[in-house]
Amino acid sequence: MKEKNTGRVAEVSLGATTAEGGTRTTTIVVGGDTALPFHHFEGEVPHRPVVAMEVQDIVPSWPEHLGKYFRDVWDKPGEWARKGVDVYGADLIYLKLDGIDPEGANRSAADAVAVVKEVLQAVGVPLIVVGCGNTEKDNEVMEAVAEAAAGEKLLLGNAEQDNYRTLTAACLGNGHSIIARSPLDINICKQLNILITEMNMPGNRIVIDPSIGGLGYGIEYAYSIMERSRIGALQGDKMLSMPILCTVGYECWRAKEANSPEEEVPEWGTQETRAIMWEATAASAMLQTGAHILLMRHPQAVALTRKAIDRLMQPNNY
Amino acid sequence: MLIIGERINGMFNDIKKAIQEKDPRPVQEWARRQEEGGARAVDLNVGPAVPDKVDAMKWLVQVAQEVTDLPLCLDSTNYTAIEEGLKLCKRPAIINSTNAEREKVERAFPMAVKYGARLIGLTMDKKGIPKDSDTRLAFAMELVAAADEFGLSMEDLFIDPLILPANVAQDHAPEVLKTLQQIKMLASPAPKTVLGLSNVSQGCYDRSLLNRTFLAMGAACGLDAVIADANDEALVEVSAATEILLNQKVYCDSYVKMFKTQ
Repeated sequence: MKEKNTGRVAEVSLGATTAEGGTRTTTIVVGGDTALPFHHFEGEVPHRPVVAMEVQDIVPSWPEHLGKYFRDVWDKPGEWARKGVDVYGADLIYLKLDGIDPEGANRSAADAVAVVKEVLQAVGVPLIVVGCGNTEKDNEVMEAVAEAAAGEKLLLGNAEQDNYRTLTAACLGNGHSIIARSPLDINICKQLNILITEMNMPGNRIVIDPSIGGLGYGIEYAYSIMERSRIGALQGDKMLSMPILCTVGYECWRAKEANSPEEEVPEWGTQETRAIMWEATAASAMLQTGAHILLMRHPQAVALTRKAIDRLMQPNNY
Repeated sequence: MLIIGERINGMFNDIKKAIQEKDPRPVQEWARRQEEGGARAVDLNVGPAVPDKVDAMKWLVQVAQEVTDLPLCLDSTNYTAIEEGLKLCKRPAIINSTNAEREKVERAFPMAVKYGARLIGLTMDKKGIPKDSDTRLAFAMELVAAADEFGLSMEDLFIDPLILPANVAQDHAPEVLKTLQQIKMLASPAPKTVLGLSNVSQGCYDRSLLNRTFLAMGAACGLDAVIADANDEALVEVSAATEILLNQKVYCDSYVKMFKTQ
């Protein structure tokens, strides 16, 4: 029996062209689904899920199996982003401002703004920018970033239940969308969407980050939360009907399965292949349960995932 | 839980006077207040206000629609009044009601289909309200068969197993609860269920307590909608809580507020 749904996932549009007040050459719309993921036979899946590749404002301490693809550019965020888009086919860029962390390089808001501008100049795709995780510093920096990139329709994060007001206000005032991040908890996820919406942020400018667990590290919790969220959206729950972003690359590349060398665990097979499969498999699971934006790192995992998306987007009506 | 606000009824003096004098203010004020309270449909009943039910129903529909986008529940025993009202409704309405008498069934079901309206069907015939659950259920089955016969989608049929006041017919409440459970097994997808909730406490002490308790008990048995006092805050809160406890809505700290505003 086919399900009849009354609700739909909100459509969030990212990036603004010159005509729309920004400088992007391509824009992206995610969401709009009126069925469970890829159930083309039960409703519409109007926009394909997208892959965002990660760029940082500071040289990352990534393992060799990532380093060899990015080492030539990872001290130049603009070029790094360009390589992601031009060479590896990223749909958009996820810029992580780890360099502003007061317990790390402690770079200033002005430094962060310069990096954002550099990346905006280097690529024409939409941009996601997230802070380092230090609440106070993130608020200061993200306010400056929001203002400096006003009109670009960025996706800025992360708003959390205890810290959403400053970022929401910054996004509202400068035309950006916001990432609402909850700690693998659907109740907090919904409540945070309500809180942000109560500040007059429209539902179609919010993206959910449910804080997924990586493959082997609680991905099934994320899977069921996202499934419930999609079912809620399809039943008309507006506070669960935002598109979903999954930080797949971040989670997978801190797993021992991606990092343990062959000498240590010969029975696990070639390390790089294993790491690629770890990331691609996690991405595939997240697609199946309703991810709209995937944050990824390894070029081959990205390629595999894009191929999977191509096939999942083929109509299966009957 | 769908709350259909009961307050725009000619049995209340302010509404009666408003209908007689064609003063839209009390009607519109109650439409707004009920929506704010948590109603997601508004019952319109001319009651004993004026002899010309048709003209009064048309007026109520027009006046209510000026201030609310909620579905209107046209409540009358006069089908001409309901049909003339339906013609004016901008959005799909609810017909309140038919019973299981063939003559009424033949009038009400085709009318619901024609105007894309939902229909409330009472589990009784001209002999009155049955005493037990089995007889109520037999009438419910007739209503389900009629939906099938006339092409009304099962989700658009609301079966009302009819509750009587606790102080005069105490034995009815358990029968009604049993009926609610069984109605859900009559078809797949199942028909919806509704109760004229305030009737359970008519003439009783602490009406709100009886109303909201029966609402919770009904919800557990498959009750989907109530025609009730949408401005009884405790009752609306209980409605919100039932949706959480029956796993119909995902919990969040603002669940009561969400119930009232979504």
